[in-house]
Amino acid sequence: MEAVHVDPQLYDFSPWRGRPKVRWPGGKSCAVWVAPNLEFYELDPPANPHRKSWTKPHPDVVGYAHRDHANRVGHWRMADVMTRHGFPGSVSLSVALCDHIPEVVEDARQRGWEFFSHGIYNTRYSYGMDEAQERSIIEDSIATVQRATGQRIRGWLAPALTHTPRTLDLIAEYGLDYTCDLYHDDQPTDVKTASGRLTAIPYSLEVNDHYGFFIYNMSPRDYADTLIRQFERLAKEGEAQDGPGGTVMCIPLHSYLIGQPHRIGPFEEVLRHIANDGRAWIATAGEIVDAWREQQP
Amino acid sequence: MSLDPSYLEYPHRRPGMDHALYPYSNLFTRPPIAWPAGKSVAIWPVISLEWFPMVPSDTPFRAPGHMQTAYPDYRHYTAREYGTRIGLFRLLDAFEAVGAKVSVACNGAIATRYPAIIEALQAGGHEIIAHSTDMNGTIASGLAEGEESALIAGSLDALEAASGTRPRGWLSIARSQSFNTPRLLAEAGVAYMCDWVNDELPYAMSTEAGAIVNVPLNHELSDRQIINVQQQSVDSYAQQMRDAYGWLANEAQTHGGRMLPLHLTPYIMGLPYRIDAFEGLVRWLAEQPGAWFATGSDILDHWSAQE
Repeated sequence: MEAVHVDPQLYDFSPWRGRPKVRWPGGKSCAVWVAPNLEFYELDPPANPHRKSWTKPHPDVVGYAHRDHANRVGHWRMADVMTRHGFPGSVSLSVALCDHIPEVVEDARQRGWEFFSHGIYNTRYSYGMDEAQERSIIEDSIATVQRATGQRIRGWLAPALTHTPRTLDLIAEYGLDYTCDLYHDDQPTDVKTASGRLTAIPYSLEVNDHYGFFIYNMSPRDYADTLIRQFERLAKEGEAQDGPGGTVMCIPLHSYLIGQPHRIGPFEEVLRHIANDGRAWIATAGEIVDAWREQQP
Repeated sequence: MSLDPSYLEYPHRRPGMDHALYPYSNLFTRPPIAWPAGKSVAIWPVISLEWFPMVPSDTPFRAPGHMQTAYPDYRHYTAREYGTRIGLFRLLDAFEAVGAKVSVACNGAIATRYPAIIEALQAGGHEIIAHSTDMNGTIASGLAEGEESALIAGSLDALEAASGTRPRGWLSIARSQSFNTPRLLAEAGVAYMCDWVNDELPYAMSTEAGAIVNVPLNHELSDRQIINVQQQSVDSYAQQMRDAYGWLANEAQTHGGRMLPLHLTPYIMGLPYRIDAFEGLVRWLAEQPGAWFATGSDILDHWSAQE
């Protein structure tokens, strides 16, 4: 049993009131980034002792086929809608997708999207890995994405949100700039790591399409309304005289959910709304982290 | 603490899928499919018609909708039977009023117990899809291959005996399969199955016993998912189907024919307080110039002819 800590000592406390103001380019009040999860799930993965891959005995036909819809159908629908309204993706990538379905990865690359790692497969979890094993999936991620896209990954979203206590230290040591795994703020925050510099960029579970449709059981139009309310509030606080300055809104997506025919139409209206509002700085995760870091002492 | 080294080995990491059932294919780069009379969206109603034995089986798993209380669970047994006695006929009336033919995914036990239903389906020109024996006839890994093939044959035989026609289609309970199911269905002569929800048009799978087509029956668009699981209203359901139709009809202008599956459960959709809204949806769909109401066999045959 490794040591556990009641306080993970991730970052310094900083209340919403009285912070130095964050400024976004062009005086925009809310940085909006879209994070499509481009994933590959295995039909018959090996068992991790800490978490089951599928809730049913393999093959979990509905679980697997639903996620496979993303690569055959959903991605193409979602990506076209994003491009039409000027939203680049910052891709949370199961890097084995580069091997299995390079067509999807290449499409994202040609659209000018940014890639970060979401592990090898979304059916392989970090729970229980030793340091050498965790280093190997980080090194695999860096090399695989470099080979497939020419990009050096700058960020990490733990595979299926599975961590070890050393994950943040390791990705900082390998020179990654941002983590999407911490949900404590609506602005970027530096994370305490053993070496290097790691910034937590606001991702979101609350307005993640997975939460919207499978935790909160929203209809497509209710989810669209939720995203618009999230944007309206963050844009308003971001322009307040006595506020914290520019905020960050992330829209995390899974195209097997948002790319379904009853959902994509209402979602397109969200992107149209945000793009037409005038207060949004539509950016990638890396651009947001860079702009924020330039303002830090 | 560390994981077994095999956890970081990826024997199926290669171009294409991690199995041999079907190759990767992008819906948007396939040759466009044409439906009859230049229609853009095939509306495929599938009504699941189920008989739940009062003593549920958990082998290999208990079917959704099955008995829940201590024996005797009269409330669930009879509420499901309400769908079979009344809800089904409300749904059939809604479709027959616009001249639509539907697919009915039928437990073999329905044919044995209620021949009047089979007669009504035949009189209406509807298609019968095999949907296992009864709601204890679930399939998953762990079910012996012999038992699974007997269950498939038993369902097909019962439906053929009652209707005179061997079903061409198959829907597993909860769309749940074992690794053997596609091959066993192909061996049994089934032309198409509806279980894999990874696509929005038919596609071929290959098995050691030959090919079988999967005609995807989208579970996300089902009344069970939207109304029972996600607890949304029937008005929201109808709105979602209209939104889906609109998107697909628009997509069809540039990419060829599309499919809108309507998976229905008589004891969910066939209730008095829901059926009016559903009838309104069916009428709205029938008024759309691009809508083509079709059975699974209609879709399969038009798709096959263009392959």
